Amino acid sequence: MTVRSTRIPNRMEITSPTYLAKEQVQTVQDYVLFSAHAVANIFRKPRYFADMLLQADTIGVGSLPIVVLTGFFTGAVLALQASNTLERFGSVTLVGQLVSTSMVRELGPVLTSLMVAGRNSSGMASELGSMVVTEQIDAMRALGTDPMKKLVTPRVTATVFMLFFLTIISDLVGLTGGLFIAKVLLRLDARQYWSNAWETLVFQDIFMGLAKPVLFGFIIATIGCFYGMNARGGTQGVGRATTQAVVAASVMILAFDLLVTRFLMAVLSLN
Amino acid sequence: MSAPTLPLDSAAVTTEENSAPAIVFEDVALAFGENEVLRGVSFRLNRGETKALFGVAGSGKSLILKLAIGLLRPDSGRIIVLGEDVTQMREEDLFALRAKVGMVFQESALFDSLSVRENVAYRLMEEHGIYDDEIDRRVREVLRFVELEHTLDLNPAELSGGMRRRVAIARALITKPELLLYDSPTGGLDPVTSNTIIELIVKQRDVYKTSALMVTHRLQDAFTMATHQFDKQSNRMVPLPAGQRCEVPMSFLILRDGKVIFDGDLRELADSTDEYIREYIS
Repeated sequence: MTVRSTRIPNRMEITSPTYLAKEQVQTVQDYVLFSAHAVANIFRKPRYFADMLLQADTIGVGSLPIVVLTGFFTGAVLALQASNTLERFGSVTLVGQLVSTSMVRELGPVLTSLMVAGRNSSGMASELGSMVVTEQIDAMRALGTDPMKKLVTPRVTATVFMLFFLTIISDLVGLTGGLFIAKVLLRLDARQYWSNAWETLVFQDIFMGLAKPVLFGFIIATIGCFYGMNARGGTQGVGRATTQAVVAASVMILAFDLLVTRFLMAVLSLN
Repeated sequence: MSAPTLPLDSAAVTTEENSAPAIVFEDVALAFGENEVLRGVSFRLNRGETKALFGVAGSGKSLILKLAIGLLRPDSGRIIVLGEDVTQMREEDLFALRAKVGMVFQESALFDSLSVRENVAYRLMEEHGIYDDEIDRRVREVLRFVELEHTLDLNPAELSGGMRRRVAIARALITKPELLLYDSPTGGLDPVTSNTIIELIVKQRDVYKTSALMVTHRLQDAFTMATHQFDKQSNRMVPLPAGQRCEVPMSFLILRDGKVIFDGDLRELADSTDEYIREYIS
């Protein structure tokens, strides 16, 4: 990969809107090329399986505590909020349905992705950014290794793979959080809760819930690596890249969630 | 101070096929935005020769090394390294060429997540198919050469600046490269450590006949290299006899305003009447 040098405008310099717009378009173009390169490397040798496993451990196992906590409290608060509304219609027993549909279709994938983005996009941007500013990336290239293959592709594949399973765990823990509220506060029967929660789910719900983390995992890793590999300007630049990575990944997850949800609803004939 | 022996098999082999100059720069220009850093730089580094590259800070010395190894591409001009035109090569093809070149970066650029052993063995581990025992043997050999065998299991963060620089040299030497690129190898180091590193570079030049391009700010280092040779018998760097000064394959190149203003040996440098050069070397 050839990293393009970006011009940092002087603080007092007034930058024209045209220049800014061009720069944004250029960044998007660079990001698309970067992502395509990362994907193409999956099919090219050498492949770094050991690095992928290491990243899978860091990203997947490392993110487990925050994903479990987020899932549990989201499921619990969802059950609490739902019960308040459902009570008005005398349908509080349907809380399991509401929690399972919301968690599996929407909140599980999105919140898990946002948590993983906060933890790992920033981690990737800062780690790779530090390597760039200390010339470790140049050293790697000088030693005959392609940093895209060695550093980026393993992170992308590991994030996509692990986010899929983290989302499943988050969904299950979220349902458990809902069960906790249903049992302790709403005095509902646990078997009824699970049965409602399970039976309401159809293939389309599960497909939608598991298709999203694949896309979001790709966004998290490519954004984190892209900002890291393009970090400039010493430690300040690394800090800037880290912040930009988290912001861009989070916004992209939410924006693509809307698009993907609409697309899948149309494709899967969901209302 | 005597330099330890590097029991590597042999000197870089020079055959008819690889008798082309190690590096040729032909009218190379490079700019960042409106800042023209290099403006038509041309020079040649012969096989077995060591060339010291001087210039004020920001004159583009380090860029020349990065251009030579293909980490940057020039805006115009040609760069031929070990007989191959790096300006025309794709990044994928450059990796094969880089296997024949060793580079020591200004701040060492050791991988901070890897131990000294893993840093030095990096190239061997990337090649695959080399047994761990063989890797260990070669890592120990080359670390012994830079007198750092005891640091094998340490992390770069646990080393001093001079030690990191020597580990970086060991990493560059482990595959016996045909060409070495040193970016300020003695910058910021104390005189004793600097001398050890210069001795290693002189040994690499005189015993293993490796071509080298060395960026430095320290004139005294380059003068030492031009006035000393490595004596295999005593295993140390010794001064050349008075009448044989400039008999070693050592030359100097000075950059100014993006252009080469001097390219020659020590005698020519000393005889130069250029006011800037006189001031620079005084």
